[in-house]
Amino acid sequence: MANEANMIFARPESLRETITHYCPGCTHGIIHRLVAESLDELGLRERTVGVAPVGCSVLMYNYFNCDFLEAPHGRAPALATGFKRCRPDMIVFTYQGDGDLASIGMGEIIHAANRGEKFTTIFVNNAIYGMTGGQMAPTTMPEQKTTTTPAGRDVSLAGYPIRIAELLATLRTPAFVARTAVHNPMRVVQAKQIIKKAFRLQKEDRCFSLVEVLSTCPTNWGMSPADSIEWLKETMQPYYPLGIYKDPEKEKA
Amino acid sequence: MAKRLMKGNEAIGEAAICAGARNYFAYPITPQSEVAEYLCWRLPEVGGIFVQAESEVAVGNMLFGAAASGKRVFTTSSSPGISLMQEAISYMAGAHLPAVILNIMRGGPGLGGILPSQSDYFQATKTGGHGDYRVIVLAPSSVQEAVDLMILAFDLADKYRNPVMMIGDGMIGQMMESVEFPEKYREPNKPEESGWALTGAKGRDSRIIKSLFLDPEKLEENNLLLAEKCKKFMANEIRHELYKVSDRNRILIAAYGTMARICQTAIDELEAEGVSVGLFRPISLFPFPEKVIHDEAVKKNIEKVLTVEMSVGQMVEDIERCVQGRKPVEFYGRTGGIVPTPNEVKGKVRELLKLTA
Repeated sequence: MANEANMIFARPESLRETITHYCPGCTHGIIHRLVAESLDELGLRERTVGVAPVGCSVLMYNYFNCDFLEAPHGRAPALATGFKRCRPDMIVFTYQGDGDLASIGMGEIIHAANRGEKFTTIFVNNAIYGMTGGQMAPTTMPEQKTTTTPAGRDVSLAGYPIRIAELLATLRTPAFVARTAVHNPMRVVQAKQIIKKAFRLQKEDRCFSLVEVLSTCPTNWGMSPADSIEWLKETMQPYYPLGIYKDPEKEKA
Repeated sequence: MAKRLMKGNEAIGEAAICAGARNYFAYPITPQSEVAEYLCWRLPEVGGIFVQAESEVAVGNMLFGAAASGKRVFTTSSSPGISLMQEAISYMAGAHLPAVILNIMRGGPGLGGILPSQSDYFQATKTGGHGDYRVIVLAPSSVQEAVDLMILAFDLADKYRNPVMMIGDGMIGQMMESVEFPEKYREPNKPEESGWALTGAKGRDSRIIKSLFLDPEKLEENNLLLAEKCKKFMANEIRHELYKVSDRNRILIAAYGTMARICQTAIDELEAEGVSVGLFRPISLFPFPEKVIHDEAVKKNIEKVLTVEMSVGQMVEDIERCVQGRKPVEFYGRTGGIVPTPNEVKGKVRELLKLTA
């Protein structure tokens, strides 16, 4: 008999008891949970404001149990900057996809990171535009077929996929920048540690933090969830190496 | 408080502080960069913040995020920069957020020029961004009035939870005049008391500030709420000034901002010549003082209404709309940064009345 006394796994308080609209095999649900667990464990929920993007996670404010702001496409880092500067005592995070952050919002994320704005960005990279139905993103892999590159991404015309974590790590301003994945239990555990660290650094008023999370999109990739995981491992992961790219706790004084 | 001689842009910055605003975001652009150059050192003196953003797109969206905190927030820019902010202004209106935006207008379209202009009237008053919303638009004609209206703008933004815009031609920003600030500066407002600001979901349900309504009935509901606000603007926030309006007027001039002051000079000089002309000056460009201009224009003695603008003719469409064809509505304007002189205005009046100089 399950009761309060022997409960060993429960919904984080930072998530609402609701059904999400995400497709089967999508990893947004896992990533949402990791963010929510981090907020719970650091005791931040009651002073957190999330900034939702435009993209598949546009409705995430319905799934989280903290204050939320809904941004124009790509502008979440600007909103987060404005809010955090007004309320440095609060915890602010943006949650953005690759079209939102790496395409239309590239200007906002680079400058927010370079100013060292003390908020956290969760950057979900699934190499495609999900909500609009599978168009090419800046992170789409070479040869990858999308609805706007039916013959595959031609790098002679569209260039190569942008590596956001590496790009932001070149900035001189101290920051925490990492890339993670959530396609198996080990990676989920690692991602959790990294996401929690990003929020801890914000709680300590240290620096800007961005955690890129490689994600699957079975619907728009045209694959089963299981095949999507294989494709992520074989195609995305070699191009987007996992790891910590910038860490204020490792930098020399 | 003693009078001070101040440049318009700096006086406007001080007025914002006087209104209890402490959170300012901007990007440099002529002819309003002095606002940021003033506030970058003045705001820290009073515990405020200034962020120089990477673009006006970012400025607008920083303002959007900052407004959600419930604190008084503002930005200043000039025409091309204001165009870039229209995205955020639309979102803020849709999300019912207060913010104050100053446009020190320069000549357009495109990069245009850097000299004074009134060619953003349509953009300001007719919904600059996408969607069913309006912003309150105030137009000062002196540096003192810019100070007074800037303070009022924050009160109106909070009262209606809606963006408020103040527009001045470049002269308002650049000229120096004596100004007086209120004796008592306001304390910054308390977001916790707002009932809507994002302050953290402690001891209450979480709050969501958004402009997305996928259900058409919900979106219509939000748009009707915005339409209700517009009705309240029309009922409560109309502001205007009449100058030398009398039963002897043969011409009624309609002009706003600095242009209205130039017209006053023309009217004084015409009066000395025995030609009676009155001035209607809207101070709120939206809500537009529709009934006032209509009622003044239809008076028996008025032969014609003359709209004078630093544009090729924008407010004149509102004048025509309000006069409803009951009197001829004429127009005189210069554009590109050229400011009509009192002599040009007098010449136009004489031409309309078929008088020789």
